[in-house]
Amino acid sequence: MHASLPDVDPLVAGLADAIAPTLTPDTVIVGIHTGGVWVAERLHAMLHCTLPLGTLDISFYRDDFSRIGLHPQVKPSNLPFDLEGRDILLVDDVLHSGRTVRAAMNELFDYGRPASIRLAVLVDRGGHELPIRPDFTGLTLAVPAHQNINLSRLDDGHLTLSLA
Amino acid sequence: MNLQLTSDGRLRHLLTLDGLPRAILTQILDTAESFMDVGEREVKKVPLLRGKSIFNLFFEPSTRTRTTFEIAAKRLSADVVNLNIATSSQTKGEAILDTVDNLSAMHADMFIVRHSQSGAAHFIARHVAPHISVVNAGDGRHAHPTQGLLDMFTIRRFKGEFHNLTVAIVGDVLHSRVARSQIHALTTLGVPEVRVIGPKTLLPTGVEQMGVKVFHTMEAGLAGCDVVIMLRLQNERMKGALLPSAQEYFKFFGLTPEKLALAKPDAIVMHPGPMNRGVEIDSEVADGPQSVILPQVTYGIAVRMAVMALLAGGATA
Repeated sequence: MHASLPDVDPLVAGLADAIAPTLTPDTVIVGIHTGGVWVAERLHAMLHCTLPLGTLDISFYRDDFSRIGLHPQVKPSNLPFDLEGRDILLVDDVLHSGRTVRAAMNELFDYGRPASIRLAVLVDRGGHELPIRPDFTGLTLAVPAHQNINLSRLDDGHLTLSLA
Repeated sequence: MNLQLTSDGRLRHLLTLDGLPRAILTQILDTAESFMDVGEREVKKVPLLRGKSIFNLFFEPSTRTRTTFEIAAKRLSADVVNLNIATSSQTKGEAILDTVDNLSAMHADMFIVRHSQSGAAHFIARHVAPHISVVNAGDGRHAHPTQGLLDMFTIRRFKGEFHNLTVAIVGDVLHSRVARSQIHALTTLGVPEVRVIGPKTLLPTGVEQMGVKVFHTMEAGLAGCDVVIMLRLQNERMKGALLPSAQEYFKFFGLTPEKLALAKPDAIVMHPGPMNRGVEIDSEVADGPQSVILPQVTYGIAVRMAVMALLAGGATA
């Protein structure tokens, strides 16, 4: 199964090509911890964005908090710009239920009122539970409900996809 | 059985720092760090405790502690009810557990308890239903764990680490629940030298057994310190035979710029409040560049948010 998953680098390059014509001077890229930040870092460099990269940890916004508690390693969200009136490109590694994206949008609105939010994901694996769809997709892959698709980063910075 | 932890080692109640593992203390401090920026945002709230009811149960008056707990709970989107029991049912003779049962019947999820009796929070924690958490906000002379935690958070923010520090706690250790919580936390977090400084009448007998060095003069005790924690001298103690006068106490144990100069040049000065200016601390020090007394108050909000978030996530739903 692992062998059939494509390399990540061309997927990110494809995303960057699709995003490039839509960029405005007010566009900021925001990655969702942890995998989404890795992809966002790549896009930020490839698209030569001048505004700093934002990162979100949505642990405080999860809808399953009362069932599973706080994630043991919450990373601070870092949005080093004023969100007011910005075009936000929200980046995550895998779109599944859509709940993470919903939580991320809720958190963004607690920082200010962006002009727009678009969503870029490396993999749309299906299984959506909310009316949330990506604007830019690296790979669409129907993954069975009992399986997970994960992005991991090797010591040399290389990103790989795996099924488990 | 440890009342404070769940069977899988998560925080269930926060009653004392005595016996809490280092990993839990560190987890609370790390979580507080991630809450620090919430106070800077346009919407100073996260939805973590939305729909939860938190009761501030204060059987003893408090301004700072009650207010910071209230702000912390509100920043987590909880509903907060403040009860000043000293002026409420207790004066009508209602037993403490009846008060708790009545509030539980109003679907309370968490009790923040302050009481003049040591052990009051433990007593309530043993009584409440499994989904309810209890936080000790100060019980008698016993413990004030969130104050101890916010002091550790302050030290970590200004000094970075614990393993290379000398910390002095100065003053009325005998009557201080804050000092006890601080000593437990400092030793658990690996501070190699914790000192207590004060007149013999204000240090508990056998305090050395808590792992501290005892000093009876500021000159000896402050030398080489990285952190100086001043304790409040409670005016009501002055009436007993423990001290001759506030003036004499200030002369020997009040923190003046001259005495502070004995500590390291970059030493920080802390105080849990409320301060008696001119009794345990000189205004020039309290308002001076080495004072971190107001940051302590700000950090108290993030630390109490962390405690409540971890408790709400750890209690059996």
